[in-house]
Amino acid sequence: MLFHSVFFYFFSVIAIFSSLMVITSRNTVNSVFFLILDFISVGCLFIMVGAEFLGMIILIVYVGAVAVLFLFVVMMLNVAEQKQSWFIGKKSTHIPIGLIVSVLILLELLVVVGGWKYKDDLMSSSTLILSDISNTHQLGLVMYTDYILYFQLAGIILLLSMIGAILLTFRKRTGVKKQSYFNQISRNPSSSIELRDVESNKGVKIDD
Amino acid sequence: MIEIGLGHYLSLGAIIFFLGVIGIFLNRKNVIVILMSIELILLAVNINLISFSIFSGDIVGQIFTMLILTVAAAEAAIGLAIIVIYYRNRGSIRVEDIHGMRG
Repeated sequence: MLFHSVFFYFFSVIAIFSSLMVITSRNTVNSVFFLILDFISVGCLFIMVGAEFLGMIILIVYVGAVAVLFLFVVMMLNVAEQKQSWFIGKKSTHIPIGLIVSVLILLELLVVVGGWKYKDDLMSSSTLILSDISNTHQLGLVMYTDYILYFQLAGIILLLSMIGAILLTFRKRTGVKKQSYFNQISRNPSSSIELRDVESNKGVKIDD
Repeated sequence: MIEIGLGHYLSLGAIIFFLGVIGIFLNRKNVIVILMSIELILLAVNINLISFSIFSGDIVGQIFTMLILTVAAAEAAIGLAIIVIYYRNRGSIRVEDIHGMRG
């Protein structure tokens, strides 16, 4: 139990620190690196608390795909020179309002957590966590039976996002020499070959 | 203090959520950092769902966490695509320069 609490404080302090650095870092590339550190420490917390499959999924999906996508976009768009400067420059009216709203949200959440009391007969669900099979096995047993429609819906959402991202970033370039398969295939001999009789000692005039 | 319960995890989720909201409100320079703040908020929601799932002994919270992960990945892909085409058209993604709708 002591190790559990020590590791909890270790990972959560790293997570809070790195999420603070994500929003205050002056360089966008550093923000992405701290975002990766945040995901990794929260994934370690998930593994520690007993949700091993989701901890690994956090590592794969967030660190392996989403954070690397952010890193690629930051590299492509050349925004690293745009330093963030808060509270400097022209004053904005919604910074104090934003601060007030955020602090109120945090206070409300902490009040809810502090006044929370566990109800004893809450554990009457049909999908209780069993202790004799692994976490991944349990997730599969529930996800592919009771929640199969949600699973399919998640697949459709991913397909739509893929189509949307491709459609958004697609553009037709002009002035680029490119092979046109349709024009190649739709040629036929009658439109591309012309037969001429060549008289002797005259040659034939090629008009282009 | 030593005994780590549900409240500790919920407090961690609340603090990360708070930092994400502050990142959205206070960022005046960069749209990509706003997208990263949204990812932080979704991560805080995941922390809440997983801790409730573990401490109340119900596996369904972890399934909803997977669905939220899916939506977060889709949202990041679409948002970054929009940012890329905005940069291609305008040459800047600073928050001050994005005022096409006079907001």
